[in-house]
Amino acid sequence: MTLLHVEHLDARHGLLQAVRGVTFEIAAAETLALVGANGAGKTTLLRTIAGAHKPAAGRILFDGADITATPAYARLRTGIALVPEGRRLFAGMTVKENLLVAGVHGRPGPWNIDTVIEAFPLIAQRLNSRAANLSGGEQQATAIGRALMTNPKLLLLDEVSLGLAPVAVEAVYRSLDLLIKGGATIVLVEQDIGRALRVATRVACMLEGRIILEGAAEDMTREQVTQAYFGLRRQATS
Amino acid sequence: MTWVNQLLNGVLLGGYYALLACGLSFMFGVMRIINLAHGDFAVLAACLIFLIADLTDISPFIALIAVLPIMAAIGWGLQRWMLERSLRAGALVPLLTTFGLAIVIENGLFEYFGADTRSLAPYIGDFAFDSWAITSNIYVGSLAVLIFAVAVVLLGGLKLFLTHTSLGREIRATAEDPDTAELVGINARAVYAIAAAIAVASAGLAGMFFAMRAVFTPYSGPEQLIFAFEAVVIGGIGSLSGTLIGGIVLGVAQTLGAQINPQGFFIAGHLVFLAVLAGRLTIAALQARGGVQRLFARRP
Repeated sequence: MTLLHVEHLDARHGLLQAVRGVTFEIAAAETLALVGANGAGKTTLLRTIAGAHKPAAGRILFDGADITATPAYARLRTGIALVPEGRRLFAGMTVKENLLVAGVHGRPGPWNIDTVIEAFPLIAQRLNSRAANLSGGEQQATAIGRALMTNPKLLLLDEVSLGLAPVAVEAVYRSLDLLIKGGATIVLVEQDIGRALRVATRVACMLEGRIILEGAAEDMTREQVTQAYFGLRRQATS
Repeated sequence: MTWVNQLLNGVLLGGYYALLACGLSFMFGVMRIINLAHGDFAVLAACLIFLIADLTDISPFIALIAVLPIMAAIGWGLQRWMLERSLRAGALVPLLTTFGLAIVIENGLFEYFGADTRSLAPYIGDFAFDSWAITSNIYVGSLAVLIFAVAVVLLGGLKLFLTHTSLGREIRATAEDPDTAELVGINARAVYAIAAAIAVASAGLAGMFFAMRAVFTPYSGPEQLIFAFEAVVIGGIGSLSGTLIGGIVLGVAQTLGAQINPQGFFIAGHLVFLAVLAGRLTIAALQARGGVQRLFARRP
């Protein structure tokens, strides 16, 4: 069953067109990895789906409803949560407050502070610490936990491993693996192609605002994705 | 003993300044807007309470119950219909908008009420002038004590509200990062409107006490704005506990200044404000250049 349908989506930053005619779908319980070089349009695409960036053209259908004009706060209530690039935690608030503030307007579901702590043991001891005082890994775990507190149907993760120590990346991905195995629907922006192929069920590669390669992760080789990543291969496989 | 008396009365006067500055500080802390009409909102509330008390002969404290929701509604509308739109044109435009609004309020009140001085003191009887003798030489005014207590309760209550309620957390989240707040389901526009409502309602509360402890005219707002602004800057912009401290510092400076010289009341407060402002700017400049250590570091 299709959960998200993006159709001919364009998004701009002033004169710069960051996303060009992107069309794709994601079914429930799928994990789509979006890969691509810096400036390929991945972050803008995710922010446009989450409602943080207004599209210039195209449509976004979520759970059968057209949400193209729906503001970000209302999209969250329909079940879309974004973990933004750079975490964007509320630095002056504690970890617990960051989680609680997200839980207010979310959907009912299994995620609450206890289940988030269980999924992300990294933050268990830091609940009363201010977000500004956390390590990168702890901040990322809090940011994902904050999104989960809204009990999303679709989780958008933007560069969760960016700027983290390898140990922290492993810890965050261990928790993500559990989410994926639990049937979560995820769109994941990831620079590490190997990791993207490993965790995702499908992979889409973006270049200059377009999806130029898309297909099942198990059918793709690292070389194919790398070629598309650098613009050496422009034919879509699906 | 006179100095102790002055010190004590300065602290209590600081309670009034803190109460007056509360809304200004809150609005800046949440929305990054300096509301130049803040003092005029206080005077507007004072005029409304005066009108109700005069027409119905009820206590100003009861009239306040009717006026506070009106002031909150004005704050909500101010944000929705004026500040929100003016913010789209840049950070300076809201400042000019509130400046213009201040002029409109002052002249609107002048048109309706005229230039006569008024006070709510006659409507609260002896309470306006009563005092308690702590010792044979030290007296505190009962109204001043009430104002100080209300300031502590309001600022403390607001702080508890911001830290212990979900709406308070939403206000803090929106104040820090409105874009990310929207991503966790918070309607930042609604939160800003609520914050403006709280700020203007608190100006209304301060306005009632202002009118009880002094006389006012439709043009008294700008002077009150200056006191509120000074208290906010001294205590740290956006900090509620700092606002209380800033108010007390300003009040003590004024009463001690008046003790030194009868004309030193205002000038002492302004001097303390300027000294704190200069100190803050110097520290900020030093931090921007790499800190105090670097300033004194030996050059190669």
